[in-house]
Amino acid sequence: MTGVVGPPPAALSPALENLLRVLALLDYNTRLVVLTTALLGLASGLVGTFLLLRRRSLMGDALSHATLPGVGLAFLLAVAAGSSGKSLPVLLLGAAVTGLLGTLLVLLIRNHSRLKDDAAMGIVLGVSFGVGIAVLGVAQDAGGSAAGLEGFIYGKTASLVRSDLFLLAGTAFLVLACVLALRKEFTLLCFDEAFGSARGFPARRLDALLLTLATLVTIAGLQAVGLILVVAFLILPAAAARFWTHRVGPMLGLAAGIGALSGWSGASVSALFGRLPAGAVIVLAASCFFTVSLFFGRARGLAYRWYQHRLFERKMDRQHFLRAAYECLEGCYGRDHRGGLPPNRPLPVRTLRANRGWSEAEWRRMLRQARREDHLERVDRGHLLLSEAGYGEAARVVRNHRLWELFLMKHAAIAASHVHRDADAVEHLLSPEMVDELERELDRRDIPGSPHPLPTAGAEARADPPALPR
Amino acid sequence: MSWFALDTWIVLVGSACAVACALPGSFLVLRGMSLMGDAISHAVLPGLALAFLLTGSRASLPMFLGAAAIGILTAVLTQWIRRWGRLESGASMGIVFTTLFALGLILIVRGADRVDLDPSCVLYGALEFTPLDTVSVPGVGVPVPRALVVLASVALFNLLVLAAFFKEFRITSFDPEMADTLGIRSGLFHYLLMILTAVTVVAAFEAVGSVIVIALLIVPAATAHLLTDRLVPLLVLASLLGIASAGLGHLLAITVPPLFGFADTSTAGMMAAATGLLFLATWILAPRHGLLARRYRGRHREAAGPGSAEDPFHRGA
Repeated sequence: MTGVVGPPPAALSPALENLLRVLALLDYNTRLVVLTTALLGLASGLVGTFLLLRRRSLMGDALSHATLPGVGLAFLLAVAAGSSGKSLPVLLLGAAVTGLLGTLLVLLIRNHSRLKDDAAMGIVLGVSFGVGIAVLGVAQDAGGSAAGLEGFIYGKTASLVRSDLFLLAGTAFLVLACVLALRKEFTLLCFDEAFGSARGFPARRLDALLLTLATLVTIAGLQAVGLILVVAFLILPAAAARFWTHRVGPMLGLAAGIGALSGWSGASVSALFGRLPAGAVIVLAASCFFTVSLFFGRARGLAYRWYQHRLFERKMDRQHFLRAAYECLEGCYGRDHRGGLPPNRPLPVRTLRANRGWSEAEWRRMLRQARREDHLERVDRGHLLLSEAGYGEAARVVRNHRLWELFLMKHAAIAASHVHRDADAVEHLLSPEMVDELERELDRRDIPGSPHPLPTAGAEARADPPALPR
Repeated sequence: MSWFALDTWIVLVGSACAVACALPGSFLVLRGMSLMGDAISHAVLPGLALAFLLTGSRASLPMFLGAAAIGILTAVLTQWIRRWGRLESGASMGIVFTTLFALGLILIVRGADRVDLDPSCVLYGALEFTPLDTVSVPGVGVPVPRALVVLASVALFNLLVLAAFFKEFRITSFDPEMADTLGIRSGLFHYLLMILTAVTVVAAFEAVGSVIVIALLIVPAATAHLLTDRLVPLLVLASLLGIASAGLGHLLAITVPPLFGFADTSTAGMMAAATGLLFLATWILAPRHGLLARRYRGRHREAAGPGSAEDPFHRGA
């Protein structure tokens, strides 16, 4: 009886159990890897933010290649001194020395030759990569035990040990402390170095400190994700964060968060599915965060910018339609109905559309929008009537337009016949505060008449010579 | 030290690579995209892996096509992210190539049962072994290394394309807006240059390894930039400096390590190091843009008072 109850529930549970174990960080090794990569993500997010703002994102690339000769040389020296050569602190020290030298060289070439940043980084990267390979080639012959040195290029995420965690924790703590203490100074360095120097900030020393921090993160990261992928960690979280905010503080927090999250999720995924190189998965996780941010970021994301653009286009359509209707009312019925306002009566569509370069599709789009926004009372038999709301809005739009025209004529000395084009470009951007200021400046409370003849004012207006105000 | 026919072939292969790289490399330096070669050489990994997984062979042609396709994709994606995401070109380059490299690593590791593709072999190349893989060329008595034939064809191809569109490449490199007003589509030539770069990097990569390509693409061109202000001399000088680096590099590779009691080392690495040495010498000694010349002129100007001395950056103005 019990044999036919169906597949035993235990068939699913190993995978599920595995998932739970990884997510709950039950394994010692998983816990170590996840913590280490998350810390690396946090530190590189912070440093990467400033590198990105300073347009030095690929510095990490040049730097990480510059560590290569150091690793080889340190190995050779250690072998010559009689040890096995595989002592991690010695190798890391070598990496740090040549990494810093490479940084220094980039700065020197950039400051003391006609070559620009990118060429300086390219030279240091290409040459030190070559030197590194040559030195490693020698090292291979020298020791025979040099095989593990390539681990620096691809990382050895799965086999991280406790000392790696301590190294990264120390680095992350140092980076965090420096960034918290010197946030203002670093920000100034990124946005206005010259101003900073003029105010007495030690710009060069700050620059050197920032690049030293970048070197530290790179070297600590070499162990965790390898030479090429640590470059990604210095760029991706910061670039992703850039799409969500325009402020440095939130950007720092976001970049650190995204970095840590990519480290955590990438390490977890690679622990769940065996035979996935953890470093690569972590980078792909960071790339996913970047792609999502690129499209949906609240400050600069593509979708957000597209939506803003749509909103602005609609506003322009609405204002153009309403102003045309209002000017048409003035042309047909005069503006002496009640205190300078034309009466709100049905308008012949043909008059409204005459002299406006609207295509059929544009016209229909505007009508649809006006109806949706309750600016239209009705459209029938070739006539159109604005609603009370539409009429009010039209009066407001026309008033802004004409206030700006008068302002241009009074203060910018632009001829009345030319003022319309300029006002057309600016009217959609006028804020209520600016309109208040215009009112005060021009001392107008009413809706001024148009300073130039209106295109829809009818045949008689165009037949007469335009009456220019003097 | 002894010099064999083998060594001559190695230097010849290196020189062909130098010329092939110097031509697009000079334009990359002028356009401020020096790191494109590095980006492409890392990014092509998934192309190599995919070509191998799809065809199941390590034949050169599918590998070349896969890598070239990914190389061009790198250039296009970089341009997109830079334009639509409004990020600086360095950042967008870094984003694209690290992501592609990570994808490539995963592909290689996942397909490891069937793939005999050693990533380190892909990265380091094997310039030393190129003379062993020969083809016979009609009209030449001796068998010629295949790599030499490939690289010489790439160099010739680059030369032909650049010669055919020289005017367009020059104006789009120096003044893209001006080019647009003249009806020359600067975007088109940007992509053409990227295609040239991708093809060169991939071909050289397959023949001699990426180490040497990254250096030969940029360093000789940047060195030549310190020596001349004119485009044609820049291209010629960059090629010559590249050839000199190839010879010097191989010489160093077989002479320097024995001095310390080691066997010889990677020629590709040493050629890259040699480009660095030539750059260093030029940077210090160049007649007008060198460190010493600048220093001397600075003193001279101070002594002569402001406004009287020649300013190196505004000579023509």
